Amino acid sequence: MSPTPANTPTTWDEFLEGIWKQNPVFVMILGMCPTLAVTVSAVNALSMGISTALVLIASCGLVSLMRNIVPKEVRIATYIVIIATLVTAVDYAIQAISLALYDALGAFIQLIVVNCIILGRAEAHASKNPPLPAMINAAGMGVGFTIGLLSLGVVREILGAGSLFGISLFGAQFQPWVVMVLPPGGFFVLGSWLLFFSWRARRQQAREATQNA
Amino acid sequence: MSTAIEIRPGPHVKGPRSVEKIMANVVYSLLPICLFYVYQYGISALASILVVTASCLLAERWFVRTGTQSGHLGDFSATITGLLLALTMPPGFPLWMGAVAGMVAIALGKGIFGGIGCNVFNPALVGRAFAQAAFPTAIATYTPSFLPGRFAEFIPSTLAWPLMMPADAAAWLKEKHLDALSGATPLAQWKFEGIVADAADLLSSLSGHMAVGPSPLLILACGAYLAARRFMDWRIPIAVLGSAGAVAWVLYGFNPGHYPSPFFMLFSGGLILGAVFMATDMATSPVTPTGMWVYGGLIGLLTVLIRYYGGLPEGVMYAILIGNAATPLIERVTQPTPFGKGVLGKKRAASYDLTPDYISREEAAAVTPKKRFLRNKPRKGL
Repeated sequence: MSPTPANTPTTWDEFLEGIWKQNPVFVMILGMCPTLAVTVSAVNALSMGISTALVLIASCGLVSLMRNIVPKEVRIATYIVIIATLVTAVDYAIQAISLALYDALGAFIQLIVVNCIILGRAEAHASKNPPLPAMINAAGMGVGFTIGLLSLGVVREILGAGSLFGISLFGAQFQPWVVMVLPPGGFFVLGSWLLFFSWRARRQQAREATQNA
Repeated sequence: MSTAIEIRPGPHVKGPRSVEKIMANVVYSLLPICLFYVYQYGISALASILVVTASCLLAERWFVRTGTQSGHLGDFSATITGLLLALTMPPGFPLWMGAVAGMVAIALGKGIFGGIGCNVFNPALVGRAFAQAAFPTAIATYTPSFLPGRFAEFIPSTLAWPLMMPADAAAWLKEKHLDALSGATPLAQWKFEGIVADAADLLSSLSGHMAVGPSPLLILACGAYLAARRFMDWRIPIAVLGSAGAVAWVLYGFNPGHYPSPFFMLFSGGLILGAVFMATDMATSPVTPTGMWVYGGLIGLLTVLIRYYGGLPEGVMYAILIGNAATPLIERVTQPTPFGKGVLGKKRAASYDLTPDYISREEAAAVTPKKRFLRNKPRKGL
């Protein structure tokens, strides 16, 4: 391990990668199951994002520590055992902190085990890097995932229930958009965000093209 | 479409018909229907039509400007979407919800597919389906037609503040001492209360204070104008109405007490409007004549089935959307046999695949399709 300084990403770049350039929700379109299912409200989205981020950071650290011990043939099984252990811990922790939240998130807490972001990070990054960069990268990914979930959850809660983090915004006369708290609403909002980001990227490209010309 | 120079393969002979002209004629034929609708429901209906159409045009303008969509505002297609969408919604539908539905109709139904001619589903129905899913109570709240003072006063639900709940229409009727009049549509009355309206009354929509859309008779007349000028294919409305009528008639024959008469089925709800103006949308209906019959028959059958056995009283919207989804499949199955290919009773498929690749060859990067049946292809080794 003696990378040249030119292609070694700085710590800050490692962290930012997951938030902007490789955002799990908006760029890599990973982890769609929790993204679409639990983002009915901002609180659900935030707690789902945080619990996924915690599992992600801890599992990437552990995988990175074991990267030279585990034989290649059984590495996926090892990752799964590590992730499942951590998910079980998070599952019990949420149950202890707030039973209402636990009921709202339902099976999706246990399903963090098979979240492709976590397995993907373990395989693609943590198993090839020392613990510290791996955990920093995982933290960035976790924050990026949380931001992605939150941006869906905020829109869906405002339109679907007229509130934000449970605080009513428009009073009792608000007309809820029923579809926003149903599964199709998740697709609509995610699609709108993706539309917005691609429109923005295209505009930026056009601007750069005119500047260079 | 509006470029000065067109580069495309022959034939270069141009007919006098253009997309703009067809669309403009559809708008002309919709205008009498809109006028009648305003006459029925007063200024609320007028405001609804104007706001919904304006929001459709606004969304269209945004998509055209950002360059993600072909076509332009002057081709009238967004105007048609707006008018149709307004006609399918209750007259007292809150204006802000109408604006949202109009935006969604163009954005989700048309803009993301690439604009005019590229849409998979009828944009007006996409907007209405969204409104149905988002605001199920408001979209089912009708008010009686021909109310006194309808040209001087808005239905209160029309003027709801954005994002706020509309006022209660039943309370408003009570206040005006009109609560003897029912705000339920004839279909809802039949479904939930077992009252079957007279088919002749439904046909003209003129008698009484029925909560119905524009007169089916007028819609049929306007549709006949379009069909006579060949701006619309007559097969689709005939197939839709024929199949819906036939299915309803068979069921009526089995149990006249339980199922209403086929004429009630045909003239109630949005079936006539859907059959004439929505199912016939050129981009979303099959191009093959056999396919049109299959497509229309499917829509008619589904409409009656949803009305009888579904949870909602009205099923035209979902029937047409399902028909739209089935259109590519229907086109593939009902390809006509080219001349000279049906030798000795052996039917053969078209020598070219009628895939979009082939139809839009003039577009850049399209590939020439491979010939499938080269009879005299020299074999290797012979």
